[in-house]
Amino acid sequence: MNAEVLVDIKEVSRFYGDNQALKNVSFRVQKGEVLGFLGPNGAGKTTAMQIITGNLAPSSGSVTIAGHDLLEDPRAAKAAIGYLPEQPPVYRELTVDEYLDYCAALNRIAKSQCRPARETAKEKCGLSDVGRRLIGNLSKGYQQRVGLAQAVIHLPPVVVLDEPTVGLDPIQIREIRELIRELGKEHSVILSTHILPEVQLVCDYVQIINKGELVLSDSIGGLQHHLKGASHTVAFRQAPDLSVLEQIAGVKSVQREKEPYLRIFFEPDKDPTDEIVKLSVENKWGLYEMRPGRVSLEEIFVELTTDEPASQEAAA
Amino acid sequence: MILTIAWREFRSLFLSPLAWVILAVVQLILAFMFLGHIEQYLIWQSRLLGMDDAPGLTEIIVAPLFGNAAIVLLLIVPLITMRLVSEERRNRTLSLLFSAPISMTEIVLGKYLGILLFLLLVLCMIALMPLSLLIGSSIDLGLFASGLLGLGLLLAGFAAIGLYMSTLTQHPTVAAIASFGALLLFWILDWSGEGTAGNGSVLAYLSLLNHYEPFLRGIFDSADAIFHLLFIATFLVLSIRHLDADRMGA
Repeated sequence: MNAEVLVDIKEVSRFYGDNQALKNVSFRVQKGEVLGFLGPNGAGKTTAMQIITGNLAPSSGSVTIAGHDLLEDPRAAKAAIGYLPEQPPVYRELTVDEYLDYCAALNRIAKSQCRPARETAKEKCGLSDVGRRLIGNLSKGYQQRVGLAQAVIHLPPVVVLDEPTVGLDPIQIREIRELIRELGKEHSVILSTHILPEVQLVCDYVQIINKGELVLSDSIGGLQHHLKGASHTVAFRQAPDLSVLEQIAGVKSVQREKEPYLRIFFEPDKDPTDEIVKLSVENKWGLYEMRPGRVSLEEIFVELTTDEPASQEAAA
Repeated sequence: MILTIAWREFRSLFLSPLAWVILAVVQLILAFMFLGHIEQYLIWQSRLLGMDDAPGLTEIIVAPLFGNAAIVLLLIVPLITMRLVSEERRNRTLSLLFSAPISMTEIVLGKYLGILLFLLLVLCMIALMPLSLLIGSSIDLGLFASGLLGLGLLLAGFAAIGLYMSTLTQHPTVAAIASFGALLLFWILDWSGEGTAGNGSVLAYLSLLNHYEPFLRGIFDSADAIFHLLFIATFLVLSIRHLDADRMGA
């Protein structure tokens, strides 16, 4: 992998008084990646986003954007970033066109380029019909799009989005996700959210942050591969004793789920599927359903972000 | 870049009724006072004719007008400056400026310049009134210019305090009250000292009034002008530092 590293965060910590909101967080984002930043409320997501975009200074550590250190050369680093905070930073008293022109000027786009830049951003974000309307009169979803257009108007290599789909209706959410995926082709995107399916849908990499610490960092593919193999959900017409199933080679444990399902956990490399089918035929257990039990991202999330993973697993 | 921010600030003022109302009210009140001074002059006119070395039209009408304008604007300027930063902070639009490739100095200067543009407009509207006397009479243009310059410097100082107060809070009303209080304090600082800057008192030296009055008497003392400029610079630097510290979250 020799792709260009666009965001390089090294051992960033941040204190609010005595409260440490980020603890030695380090990660990298390469060109063309969509990174999902997951965490429960108050985990430090927004703080991390604000530090990456230069809205907050880190207490220690360094942030490098497209090769420019954010603290030493803030102008060049910030020019490479587009940021959509949790609340879109829009001026309600301006029209969409006026606002985007202002953003373009703030990002030092030459006057002659302003208009094409604005039109492209509007087209990307589905705003072509509302250019002359006041932002204050637009719906929340459209305001969100205006915020997004603002973040991409100067075609930054890195786009940082903080919970971009909060408060939108399902259709708008789908459109915004579509848009994020679209953005991911040309820009690197860092996306913070607490909506798990969103991450599975749009991201290439996932990072889970809890209480200021990164607790997981993996690609979506690797994550799913890692998780898929670990259990099967099965249903028998005449279910045998659980103890019988537990004796099959490779099976770690068996749990009852909602009737009539059983969940069989096994060692990742020893898939007992063949054995279960064979035994079922021999003993007339009547196996009629079997599917790989995917551990959803949600379960990992819960497991990693709660203090007692064991009790959580038992409850599941 | 500074101009971009300044221009937006200036235009935004006129997108709300606030700016229009302020312009109208200031003009109305000052016009009323202006007419009052003219009437006074007309009453005194016959007596003035008999005096040696009598005060002229400009001294009787223009100087008091500018003096009153300063008091009226002392009340008004905090209302214009209160929204500068506090409202952006409240509406969370500040991050637009913070994440754009511009420095804190540019943000502060841009906002300050936007307000100065507006105050320049106010100043022009005020200046029109004495200038209208030119139609039927003649005024001492030197005295008029000195008064106008003094008022301009004073207003710029007001705006700098207002801007600083606005960086301190996220409630525009708090910013308005704080800057009004600060301005009034600087104004009345020298009530006990009887308005003489030369007697060595620190309070007398800090009083804005003492550095404004000479302009109204037609005395252009560069020390007074420099005082105003230093005053402005101090509060602008404080604003920049405060916004920077805000980002550090110290």
